[in-house]
Amino acid sequence: MESDNKYSNLQSSPQGQKPSDIESTTPRTDLPALRVRDLSFYYGKTKVLDGVSMDILEQQITAIIGPSGCGKSTFIKAINRINELETKVQVKGTIEFFGQNLYHPRVNINHLRRLIGMVFQKPNPFPSSIYDNVAYGVRIFDRHPRSQLDEIVESALKSAALWDEVKDKLKKSALGLSGGQQQRLCIARALAVQPKILLMDEPCSALDPITTMKIEELIQTFSQKLTVVIVTHNMQQASRVSDYTAFFSTDESRIGHLVEFGHTTEIFTKATNSRTQDYIQGRFG
Amino acid sequence: MTNPDRAKQYLEVEHNLFQADPKNLLLEQGFTWLVRIFAFSTAGLLLWLSWIIFQDAEPAIAQFGSDFLLSQNWNVGELSFGAAPFIYGTVVSSTLALLIAVPIGLAVAIVTSENFLPVWVRSPLATLVELIAAIPSVIVGLWGIYVMIPVLQPLQLWLYKHLAWIPLFSTEPSGPSMLAAGVILAIVILPTISVISRDVLLAIPLELRNASMSLGATRWETIFKIILPASASGIVGATILALGRALGETMAVTMVIGNSAGINISLLEPAYSITSVLANEFAEALEKLHIGALMYLALILFVITLIVNLIAVLMVNIFTKKIN
Repeated sequence: MESDNKYSNLQSSPQGQKPSDIESTTPRTDLPALRVRDLSFYYGKTKVLDGVSMDILEQQITAIIGPSGCGKSTFIKAINRINELETKVQVKGTIEFFGQNLYHPRVNINHLRRLIGMVFQKPNPFPSSIYDNVAYGVRIFDRHPRSQLDEIVESALKSAALWDEVKDKLKKSALGLSGGQQQRLCIARALAVQPKILLMDEPCSALDPITTMKIEELIQTFSQKLTVVIVTHNMQQASRVSDYTAFFSTDESRIGHLVEFGHTTEIFTKATNSRTQDYIQGRFG
Repeated sequence: MTNPDRAKQYLEVEHNLFQADPKNLLLEQGFTWLVRIFAFSTAGLLLWLSWIIFQDAEPAIAQFGSDFLLSQNWNVGELSFGAAPFIYGTVVSSTLALLIAVPIGLAVAIVTSENFLPVWVRSPLATLVELIAAIPSVIVGLWGIYVMIPVLQPLQLWLYKHLAWIPLFSTEPSGPSMLAAGVILAIVILPTISVISRDVLLAIPLELRNASMSLGATRWETIFKIILPASASGIVGATILALGRALGETMAVTMVIGNSAGINISLLEPAYSITSVLANEFAEALEKLHIGALMYLALILFVITLIVNLIAVLMVNIFTKKIN
């Protein structure tokens, strides 16, 4: 498998490099989509994440699992810097997007969030029409002629497997859709701006099993053109959809950290860490 | 350049996080500064206003000092001024207004937010109460003189006749009175209380009601034990906002309070309020000390409303904390 090679290559690459040495302002597409090195994260003065290092490979689906409060949501929110909106945050270590430090002061943060899209736990469509929901992000970044915009909206809705259900009511309010449809609309909205990475923060936790299945199928179709990082509470979901799995946990200190990271099949069948085994077999968390 | 090179270059442009975006930057920065300037100049306006009032009040402050607050004597001819009757009139008439308007306003809020009336009665009712706020206060005052005082007079006489042993009703009513001012103020502030309280009640999540009802509570038990406590901070906020309005209301009060500077425990006796004396005397004030005394009164009113607002913020915080 090609991805196997990619991963093992990275493992053998020199680890002695300090994060500051590899800070560059030109993207390098030969590097992993995300390279996290010794990432510690603070909300105000409270440390919530400690020393996370992992590589997230391009066009792979990476699942983040772990008990509540282990910092997995914080981790993916740190990837598109969306948690800066809530409170003052502090970051130590680096996250690199194709070799570029996300927290470099000169980063164009709006562009960064376009390239690294996000789908949230609860469907959060805008209170406007289905069409305008999908077109919103596109219009912000570019001026397109109507016909082209129509195409972008259609293709985004098709990629989110929603087109057939909504094609006759694009002008209707998005709030009239069912929960599952709303979530797929949010996915279409995220896809329409052509991100390189799609972050999904428990995208199915508010949905019923059938809708969940639909969205899982959808996620699997993305990996041909997109890197997906998905946080999930549902271990079956992680094992069904992902190529790689990261297990986060926390101890008495209440600070989350990465316990184990590897191929999903390995994590689920022969995890090396006993805490990972316990969690996966449902013995705690 | 070979094809793969071009592809690589394209990819690198696509993935570049450092793309300049001057349109966004200028617009965002400019806007941030614009709104900052607006916000700070609004705050500055308040300080400027206070400074001007303070400056004009200076002669009176220098002359009377803190005795001004307690002195009952207001004599323009002798240039001797005291604020006590006006402060008393303002505070008592506003308190009276709150005592009348809070229960009625809450009743309106509950009736129009609950569902024991059909919607086609409920929403016009709410709108009509809201419309009271649209009536200019000078018209409310006129209505007070020509309609309310004649209607109120038999009640005042009855109170005097039967309850004169209570000091509050111990003088013979002549028509305009502290009581009349309280009632007219209650009418003026009623919409403030009922509209805001209604919005607060409507915002209480249905889950709370469901939880209470499913434990066997009746509608009124639910209203009194769950809905009202949960909306306490909003209702207190509405009440204080209404109090602010009552303290500052001028025309309606001036027209029914009787404009007689003196402190009398009886509510049936005419009285005077800070806003009324300002409205009545400012145009004719020529002496510097007279203007100063009026400005001193304005400053006092300003401080009273400031304190009321501070208390409001404090109480809303306390009630919000209690719930969370």
